[in-house]
Amino acid sequence: MKHKKQLYKIILAAFLFIAAFFVPGEKMLQPALFLLSYLIVGWDVIKKACRNIKNGQIFDENFLMMLATFGAVALHEYSEAVGVMLFYQIGELFQSYAVGKSRKSVAALMDIRPDYANLKTGKEIKKVSPEEVKINDIIIIKPGERVPLDGEIIKGSSLVDTSAVTGESVPRELEKGGKIISGCVNINGVLEVRVSGTYAESTVARILDLVENSSSKKAEVEQFITRFARWYTPAVVILAVALACLPPLFLTGETFYDWMYRALTFLVISCPCALVISVPLSFFGGIGAASRQGILVKGGNYLQALSEAEIVVFDKTGTLTRGSFSVVDVHPEKISADALLRYAASAGVHSGHPVSRSIRVAYGKKIDLAEINAFEEIPAHGVSAEVGGHKVFVGSRRLLKKYSIAYPEVTAVGTVIYVAIDGEFAGWIHIADEIKPDAKSAVAALKKLGVRQTVMLTGDTKAIGKSVAAEIGLDRVYAELLPAGKVEKVEALLAEKSAAGKLVFAGDGLNDAPVLARADIGIAMGGVGSDAAVEAADVVIMTDEPSKIALAVKISRKTLRIVRENIIFSLAVKFAVLGMGAAGMATMWEAVFADVGVSVIAILNAVRALYIRR
Amino acid sequence: MKKTFVLEDLDCANCAAKLEHAVREIEGVISATVSFMTQKLTLEAEEKEFEKVMDKVENIIKKIEPDVTLVR
Repeated sequence: MKHKKQLYKIILAAFLFIAAFFVPGEKMLQPALFLLSYLIVGWDVIKKACRNIKNGQIFDENFLMMLATFGAVALHEYSEAVGVMLFYQIGELFQSYAVGKSRKSVAALMDIRPDYANLKTGKEIKKVSPEEVKINDIIIIKPGERVPLDGEIIKGSSLVDTSAVTGESVPRELEKGGKIISGCVNINGVLEVRVSGTYAESTVARILDLVENSSSKKAEVEQFITRFARWYTPAVVILAVALACLPPLFLTGETFYDWMYRALTFLVISCPCALVISVPLSFFGGIGAASRQGILVKGGNYLQALSEAEIVVFDKTGTLTRGSFSVVDVHPEKISADALLRYAASAGVHSGHPVSRSIRVAYGKKIDLAEINAFEEIPAHGVSAEVGGHKVFVGSRRLLKKYSIAYPEVTAVGTVIYVAIDGEFAGWIHIADEIKPDAKSAVAALKKLGVRQTVMLTGDTKAIGKSVAAEIGLDRVYAELLPAGKVEKVEALLAEKSAAGKLVFAGDGLNDAPVLARADIGIAMGGVGSDAAVEAADVVIMTDEPSKIALAVKISRKTLRIVRENIIFSLAVKFAVLGMGAAGMATMWEAVFADVGVSVIAILNAVRALYIRR
Repeated sequence: MKKTFVLEDLDCANCAAKLEHAVREIEGVISATVSFMTQKLTLEAEEKEFEKVMDKVENIIKKIEPDVTLVR
C-alpha cells in the first residue's frame, strides 16, 4: 500500500521529468514541469527534513538531500536537482521493498507458531489457544494442522513433516508411543496426543524465543559499521562545506559556481545507507538461512565467529556416535549367524537392557514367545532362558565363567557378548556404540573448509576412543575424561589456537554445559531438549547430524563474504566518486550512482545470504 | 531487567543506528540494541528506573524518528 503510493508518485514524477526535456527550453513551461516533478517526488523529503531540523537532528539524509537539490536549483541545474531527488526516492523505495521482502521471508521461515489446539475434554473437542492447554491434557491433531504442543502419541499414526523445526526434508513416520514435537505439521493421519509440557516450555516457544533474541547480539562488523556511519556523514558534510568555501576564497581564478557544484556532489554521497542497510540485512539473511536448515544461531556475533573456526572439538557419545548400542559383528561357531542372533534375541526378549535391545534390533524378525521358558536376568552378567528346549546363556564372559562353560578369549573394541547353547560356547556378538552415518563426512567437510584441528573428547576407554577417531578421521582424541577433564582439555586447546581463530565445541548438551560455555562457540546438538544446554550454547542444532556443523560454518562464511564484498565495494565507489567530485571530474549523476546505485547493488548482494545451496 | 519492544514502522537503517546510540546514552540503561531488520528494541535497565528510562526512550524516538511507534 505504502509502496504502491510511492511508486505512482515516482512514475508520475519521472514522466513529468522526461516530458520536460521535450518542451523547448528557456520558456516557463520547462522549469514548471521540473518544479512539479520535484515537488511530487521530493515533498516528503523536505517535510521530513524540516521536522528533523526542528527536533535538532541536522545530519539527516533528508536534510542533506534537500540541501543538495536546493543547491543545484541555486546553480540553475534544474534537471540535476530533479534527477537526484527522483533517483534518491527510487533507491529508497527499492530499499524499503527489499527489506520488507526479506523480513517477510524470514518471518515465513519462522512461521511455526501454532494458532490453536484441539483440546479433548470427555467426548467434546474444543478449539483453544495452545497457552491454555495443561500437562497431561489430550489434544487431537488433524491432517494438515500444525502440532501445537510437545507430547506423546496415544492413538493413531501419521506422516509428520518436521522440516520447519529440524530442516529435515523427509517426513517422519510416527505412531502410538512416539514423541511428537510442536512446530511440525501433521500430514495424513489423525493423532491423539498426551501433552508433556505447557506451551511456554514447548519446542516451538523455545525456538521462537531464541530466534527473536538473536537480533540483540550484533556481530563486530555490524557494530563497526554503526560507528563508522556516525562519523562518515558529518565528515563528508564538513568536507563539502570546506570544498565550497575555501578554494574560491584562497585560489585566484576559481569560481564559486564550480566549487559549489563539487560540494553538492559530496552531499549526495554523504549517506552511508548502502552499508547501514546491507550489513544487518546480510546477517539477518544468514541467520534466517541457518534456521531453515535447523541451525539456530543465537546472534550475529556467533555467526561471525563461526566463520573463523580453527579448532573443532567434539564430544563422542551422542555427537559423533549415536549413544546407543548396536551389533557390529556376529561370530558364530558351528551354527549360522542368523541362528545365533535368533537364540540370543529370544533369550533376551524380556530384558530391557540396552544390549538385549540392540540384539533384538539386529535380529529384526518376530520372536516366537511361545518357545521361550524359564527366562532369568542375572544382574551384571546377562540373561538365561530356554529357547525351543535349548538352554541359552547370553552375556559377558563372567556369565560363562559362572556356569563353567569353556570359551575362547576374544578382544574387540566395544562390548563382547558371549552366547552358549546347551552348555557349549556357540559364538560371540560384537556390540559397539554406532558411529553416526554422517560423522566421517562431517569431519571431512570441516577439513575442507580449512579447520586446522578436529578433536574428540570422550569418557570411554582409550581403545574405543582411538578406534572411533581413526574411523571418522579425527586429528586427535582424548579418552577416559571426566566432565571436569573435558573443561581442562578445552582450556588447553584454547591456549593452543591462534589469536584470530575460534574454538568450537559440539556436544549433546547433557553433561557438557560447562564446556559449551567455555568454548568460543558452543554448539548443542539434538534440539532444544535440555534447558541448560540451550542456555549455555551459542548455536543449537535441531537434528543430531554433526554434518550440520560444517553447514553452519559454510553459511557463516558466505554471509561474511557478502558483508566484506559490500563494505569494500561501497567504500571503494564512494571514495572514488568523492575524489572525482573534489577534482571536478564527477557530476551529480555519478554521485547519485555512488549513493543509490551502490545501495541497490549492495542490497541485492545481501539478499543472497538468505539462500544457500546444500 | 531486560525487555524487548516492537518498533513499528522502523524503516530507516540509519535512524535505527542513531536511536541505538541515543538510547545507550540514557542514564540507567545497562545495554540497548535496536535491530533494524527485526524492528525491535532490546533494553536492559535497572528495574526501579525502568519506567523512567522508557519515558526517555519514547522522547528520543519522537525526536529522532517520529514515524516510529514503540509498542509497550
